Amino acid sequence: MAFLKTIKEVGHYFYEIYDGAASLVRGMKVTGSYFVRPSSIVTQQYPENRATLKMFDSFKGELMLIHDENNKHSCNVCNTCARKCPNGSIEIIYKKVEGADGRSKKILDKYIHHLETCSFCGLCVPSCDELALKFDQKFELAVFDRSKLTKVLNKPGSSSKAMKE
Amino acid sequence: MYDFTALIGSITNLLNETFSPFWAGLIMMVSLGVALLLFYAVLGLYLVYAERKICARMQNRMGPNRVGPLGIFQTIADLIKLLLKELIYIKNADNFLFNIAPFIVIVASIMAIGSIPFAKGLQAIDLNIGVLYILAISSMGVIGILLAGWASNSKYSVIGAMRSGAQVISYELSVGLALLCIITYAGSMQFSEIIASQQDGWWLFKGHIPAFIAFVIYLISGTAETNRGPFDLAEAESELTAGFHTEYSGIKFAFFFLAEYMNMFIIAAIATTMFLGGWLPFHLFQWHGFNRVMDFIPPVFWFFGKTAFIIYVMMWFKWTFPRLRIDQLLALEWKYLLPINLMNLILIAFLTLMQWHF
Amino acid sequence: MEETLLDIDMQEKEEYIINMGPQHPSTHGVLRFETCLQGEKVKYLIPHCGYIHRGIEKMCEHLTYPQIIHLTDRMDYLSAHINNEAVALCIENAMQVEVSDRVKYIRTIFAELTRIASHQLWWCAFGMDLGALTTFFYGLRDREKILDIFEETTGSRLTQSFNTPGGLMSDIHPNFQKRIKEFITYFRKKLPEYDQLLTGNIIFRERTKGIGMMTKEMAIDYGVTGPSGRGSGFHCDIRKIAPYSAYPFIKFNEITLTEGDTYSRYLVRIAEMWESLNILEQLVDNIPQGSTMLELKVIKAPKGEFYQRVETARGELGVYIVSDGGPSPARIKFRTPNFSNLFVINKLAAGHKIADLVAISGSLDLVIPDIDR
Repeated sequence: MAFLKTIKEVGHYFYEIYDGAASLVRGMKVTGSYFVRPSSIVTQQYPENRATLKMFDSFKGELMLIHDENNKHSCNVCNTCARKCPNGSIEIIYKKVEGADGRSKKILDKYIHHLETCSFCGLCVPSCDELALKFDQKFELAVFDRSKLTKVLNKPGSSSKAMKE
Repeated sequence: MYDFTALIGSITNLLNETFSPFWAGLIMMVSLGVALLLFYAVLGLYLVYAERKICARMQNRMGPNRVGPLGIFQTIADLIKLLLKELIYIKNADNFLFNIAPFIVIVASIMAIGSIPFAKGLQAIDLNIGVLYILAISSMGVIGILLAGWASNSKYSVIGAMRSGAQVISYELSVGLALLCIITYAGSMQFSEIIASQQDGWWLFKGHIPAFIAFVIYLISGTAETNRGPFDLAEAESELTAGFHTEYSGIKFAFFFLAEYMNMFIIAAIATTMFLGGWLPFHLFQWHGFNRVMDFIPPVFWFFGKTAFIIYVMMWFKWTFPRLRIDQLLALEWKYLLPINLMNLILIAFLTLMQWHF
Repeated sequence: MEETLLDIDMQEKEEYIINMGPQHPSTHGVLRFETCLQGEKVKYLIPHCGYIHRGIEKMCEHLTYPQIIHLTDRMDYLSAHINNEAVALCIENAMQVEVSDRVKYIRTIFAELTRIASHQLWWCAFGMDLGALTTFFYGLRDREKILDIFEETTGSRLTQSFNTPGGLMSDIHPNFQKRIKEFITYFRKKLPEYDQLLTGNIIFRERTKGIGMMTKEMAIDYGVTGPSGRGSGFHCDIRKIAPYSAYPFIKFNEITLTEGDTYSRYLVRIAEMWESLNILEQLVDNIPQGSTMLELKVIKAPKGEFYQRVETARGELGVYIVSDGGPSPARIKFRTPNFSNLFVINKLAAGHKIADLVAISGSLDLVIPDIDR
């Protein structure tokens, strides 16, 4: 019986070697099969593919104030977006002007978005009742100077749609 | 055909005629040294490049492709960067040993190249104990690694160096025994004679199964000796950050890096010479037409082709397998490779005695 | 955690102290293991956390409930959606509103996708820890498909902030279901490759079997939940114990193994990926119609204390809100899974080699910002 046991153990020793080697070969088959198939390369060449690289429509890039062709935006300085923003990234500077009916009215002077503190949570865009805001598809947001991240979103010379002049 | 003996001989004669024997010898040595150094640097850089490309392909990437077409100058750019980098002075390091360690590592691998036969006659020195010489020289590298680990005065480095010491010393045995199998077959330790004995067939094929076993063991333990692949415990990035060369920077780090790749080349070159017929072309039975065509390919191509194949296999290992633990590494050597190797050697001795090999 | 090993007179004790971290490749972030070695063996270790403490709980006290959501993304960034869901559910419970079935289904689909993505990243990193460098790229390659699904609907890849108290930020993209079905067939083909490359590998098996034994009692004592706890036979799947969202509507198995070593923790995660694919398959075609957002005038929790727990990719996440009736919580506490999972490492790693410590900490799947908050 002892003899049989020894035979069994020796067999087990060699089986272990075989089993180990077979498992190694299986692993090498995976990497080897990718090596011979260049079509399996999934990486893209980034600066080269800039022209074709398109973000999804819902991509949350830079915040922007929508301007129409007459350079008009629809912000009516209700300040909801600034209140919704958890980081205080939105700052709205307004002027008070005398309206036609004699009541003072707020008009937008500067819509400032502090991109450096924005965490892209997306609370501002749906909060706007006038649908004045949207996220751009721009994703190359890195700059060398931090001050460049403070963006004024209303274009120079633009005015609000609500203002009738 | 493609015999370099005559060419080298005529150059030697020319030198001997024009200069006194002392100057002739000096010029020979210097030019050989420069040639080997250049070869070393260029080959090392391109092995790094090849590894980066190969692993990229295995990992569904493209690898370096910015510097030059297909990125072939990438490693040269890296070398320039490493040359220009600051050599960081370690405060409590043993400065002498710290500085000398990379040189020991690199000198060991340069010296080993000297006796590798690239083609008939294209060999710096054909020692009659070539195999022993290479084994002796290439195991000197571990001294550099141990010194580097010790002199850095860093805890990670010491652990890495100690692991490396234990590893190289153990696997030296297997490398030696695996090569001894072929020495037994060929009956010589001289590389030129070992190659000559394979004129009618490579030892891998005509040495029956024992030669194949010896080849596999040689590949495994050779990979282990270069501290690569699944046996890179001395560096063990995820455990020891970078192991023995944690504290090195700039060109000193580059020396370690180059030496690793050149050691891989040396291991592959020896495997080629011992098992795959060195620079001999591939011959198939008595197909004279086929054999004639094979003969037309220069031996240098044969040598580098076979070496490249073995290097590829070693890289394949590295990019597929997880790393072993130190006790498993030693168990693999002492419990599996060494007993199998010894049995194998006895078998080969028997086969040689009975003249049963082809 | 005030005591440090460095205070002890080392000359006397002949101990070899190594600081693994805060900058170390295998701690996966700014975590520090003060490790006492004897040769290669780990005698004991003290984990030090707090290097990435941002005070999220305190910050939450100054934010309104919808604003809290985006901070929870940054705790366990690999299961961002599930963190969001936990807070949203807790607030919904407090307000005693019930979201539509559509929201529940979509939340669950997102949660399971998040779980798969998280396990994929864990698989890559675990392979890297053990020195198999190619796993990293295969895992990330497949994870990219999930991130694309996320991005198409939510606009973000990692920190989606897709949940909000009362529903979702937006409806799903028309391609959503199609892409998920594509992913399921794609990933079913790729998962066996994971097994061939790593699970079956003899070196891998030797490295992980019998390493870092955690008994069921230990898991319960330390509060180790998630796949790490289930690897020890601890039935702790919140999806089964206290089903939330769409989990009551579907059939799935809780994966538990009893060995309790690194290998079984590995197997649990691999099996969970398969199981998550099954869950996705059940849900993806049956998303009911309905609104994705409740019309809530004001989001205020009534005065009181509220607790909600969910199963993230790493274990049980508990959200505990103490409200004084205002628009923001008086006190909020997150019971994060990683914090509990971390401290068992001292017990697991003692006596093993330093290479095993790396394997064990990899098998616990730690995300450091979740520990520190």
